[in-house]
Amino acid sequence: MDRALEGLRVLDLSEGVAGGYCTKLFGCLGAEVIKVEDPAGGDISRRMGPFLDYLPNPETSATYLYLNTNKKSITLNLSTTSGVETLKTLIPSADVVVETYMPGTMEERGMGYEVLEEINPGVVLASITYFGQTGPYRGYKGNSMVGFALTGQMHMTGEADKAPLVGAGFQPEYTAGIHAFDAAMAALYWRDTSRKGQHVDVSVIEAMAYYHEFAITTWTHLQAKNIRTGNDYPVGGHPLTMYECKDGWVSISSVMPHHSENLFLMMERADLIDDPRFATAEGRWDHKEEYDESLVDWLMQHTMDEVVEVGQSLRIPVTYVPTYDGLFKDVQLSARDYWVALEHPLAGRQLYASAPFKMGETPWHVTRAPLLGEHNEDIYCGDMGLSKEELVRLRERNII
Amino acid sequence: MSYPADKSRALEGVRVLDFTTGWSGPIGARFLADLGAEVIKIESLYGRGAREVPTPEDPKHYAKVAHSVYPHNDPGDQPYNRYGIFNEYHRNKLSLTLDLSRDDCRELARRLVPISDVIMENYSARVMRNFGLDYPSVKPLNPAIVFISMPGYGMTGPHRNHVSYGTNIEPSAGLSNLIGYPGPKPYKSGEAYPDPNAGVNAVGAILAALYYRRRSGKGQFIDLSQNEAAAGLIGESVLGYQLTGEHPARMGNHHAYYAPHNAYRCKGEDNWVTIAVTNDQEWEALCEVAGNPDWASDPKYQDQLSRWQHQDEIDEHIFGWTAGEDYKDLMHRLQAAGVTAAAVYTNQDVVEDGHLKERGYFWDTPHTAAGTMPFSGTPALLSKTPGTLMMAAPLMGEHNRYVLEELAGVETSYADQLEAEGAIGTQPPEGLPGLFA
Repeated sequence: MDRALEGLRVLDLSEGVAGGYCTKLFGCLGAEVIKVEDPAGGDISRRMGPFLDYLPNPETSATYLYLNTNKKSITLNLSTTSGVETLKTLIPSADVVVETYMPGTMEERGMGYEVLEEINPGVVLASITYFGQTGPYRGYKGNSMVGFALTGQMHMTGEADKAPLVGAGFQPEYTAGIHAFDAAMAALYWRDTSRKGQHVDVSVIEAMAYYHEFAITTWTHLQAKNIRTGNDYPVGGHPLTMYECKDGWVSISSVMPHHSENLFLMMERADLIDDPRFATAEGRWDHKEEYDESLVDWLMQHTMDEVVEVGQSLRIPVTYVPTYDGLFKDVQLSARDYWVALEHPLAGRQLYASAPFKMGETPWHVTRAPLLGEHNEDIYCGDMGLSKEELVRLRERNII
Repeated sequence: MSYPADKSRALEGVRVLDFTTGWSGPIGARFLADLGAEVIKIESLYGRGAREVPTPEDPKHYAKVAHSVYPHNDPGDQPYNRYGIFNEYHRNKLSLTLDLSRDDCRELARRLVPISDVIMENYSARVMRNFGLDYPSVKPLNPAIVFISMPGYGMTGPHRNHVSYGTNIEPSAGLSNLIGYPGPKPYKSGEAYPDPNAGVNAVGAILAALYYRRRSGKGQFIDLSQNEAAAGLIGESVLGYQLTGEHPARMGNHHAYYAPHNAYRCKGEDNWVTIAVTNDQEWEALCEVAGNPDWASDPKYQDQLSRWQHQDEIDEHIFGWTAGEDYKDLMHRLQAAGVTAAAVYTNQDVVEDGHLKERGYFWDTPHTAAGTMPFSGTPALLSKTPGTLMMAAPLMGEHNRYVLEELAGVETSYADQLEAEGAIGTQPPEGLPGLFA
């Protein structure tokens, strides 16, 4: 089978989740991704864990291992002039460069877009930061919590009488990574006809705000502030929430007319269909406690699998809320070969999440993450024609 | 960006047939439209869902609020052209109304396939097949077509026909399991997040397929499971579970290694600031901004591990301090001192934020029926081919004649006949009731 992005070369100067996920997408779709890591410890995600058996080791950090499948690793000290000069010799062969430095750093080090463009007019530089290359917050520091907080999502997550809650994992950074991939692909598409590269500026907060637009539009149109409502969506009606059942949790979204009626059939309470208290969405919301009593009563007598089976047979959007073990046991994910086993010399054989989408002609392909500097000889000697002696000299000077 | 922008658009010449509804598909198609693709939104004259044209049954099943997102809360005479959510998701697109329950209208849709590059749809797995518009049916009309289906759970497997919304998928993909206060209860985030996540992943898949098509001449089918695209966002965590053998406990806003790391209440109603300290330097900077109170010099708080062990105590001290501070002002003071901090913005705060404004994130969008409203712009800033507002969201059926007559080659008389029969049109059919009181 062919690979969609075969022939593209990506230089990954990024650190952490956002850049890592962006270039992982390139790699798994067939581009050659060369991850350029600092010789003193490598990408920060090598220090983020969780580690095999909790023992910190730059080669067994889950964050690095997942985000850097399908990449080659070379080491290069880009805080030195020689390091930057060495990098420049790789630019003519690069189609895309991805970086996540604080704005201005690339320019300070003499590898800003203008410099790269002069060496290779077709190169696409994708810069991913928390706040973007311009604007008053461009020098601010970010993390996932900032991504959730400053875009409105956190204020809506959790209980009204408790603190707003941070979302799941590194969602903001992943989101920026996907946007950067899309933007870089659009730039490559245009390059085919224009023969010109360009500079792409993607920020975590804009990528997250893009996903928050429903709430934003509620403000611009109605001047209505969003509030935290636990797991409910009161604007959508009821039930649109998660419930505990016999052996875990399930999620129920009653949105269409037949959902609300069939829910009464699911909970074996057809007698409630004509109950005036529950006749409208607002009625069900106003009489939430009585409604939930009947529903929870039924749910607590059924397992997650049973609830999903009965609910889905009635065309109600019902799913279960899996833990990690539940994800591995999920029959749908298994049937679609979502989990792929990869062998790593230090982290062993583990299951990795695979493709976010399945392409018919050009399937996703996944190989293990590289060891730090694993491909130094391949790239520096094999590709760039340096001799082994030159490689040793660079190593002695802490350039690689 | 300081680079000169010419008038080029990155995806000029790409034509997309957008059969999607809801949020996931439309936001993906809009991403392409903003960057210059010609996107034809094929919609039902009944405007069900997308334009929130109500039916007599609605009050039974919906809450009013979700259905009243009109400028200044005023539906006006043409609510279907003023619905804020539609106008937000469909700028830069063309509108074609088509009654796909009619054979002749499905045939018209098929006529657009040979002159298109991409087809997007997000119905549950069987709908397009019933229309005769699924991939196997349209591929013979245009073997180079890139066709993406994006149902909740994918096009294959035992759950392929399961019905779901983004509100279900955040839990089923494993994300909700990671959100929550200490305790057994999983939480949703504030969004039906997997919806837009699927849309933006679809964009990547489509552009990769177009890139491949340029080199191979081949189109292809893309099967995007919204559940799988969402599960990819916690891949490192799922792998971490295998490496450690332990399920991390839900810990609210605390961090596995660093402290303080939390949201702290500030002056006013429901105002909060997040603060995260990851090293001694940031701790000293935090104490400095707090005015170096007595607790700051407690020997227990002087190294990272010890701070983490005493984080509840530290939280109490910080709560006492931030309660009298303004949440936005405090974010700026902390950031100026080098501490990672953010105000917990409401939707109003996001719209009014100076940074997003200065970067031109919001696009003021003049619309003939809805007036001028600001909407989110594009987060993909390309220096030479920037995404731009070319036109506001289309009125219902605004481009029927252009698409049918100029693109599909339909005779004007036939288009007239379709309109007379109510197969196409520019407003929902007569006889539908008004909005609920």
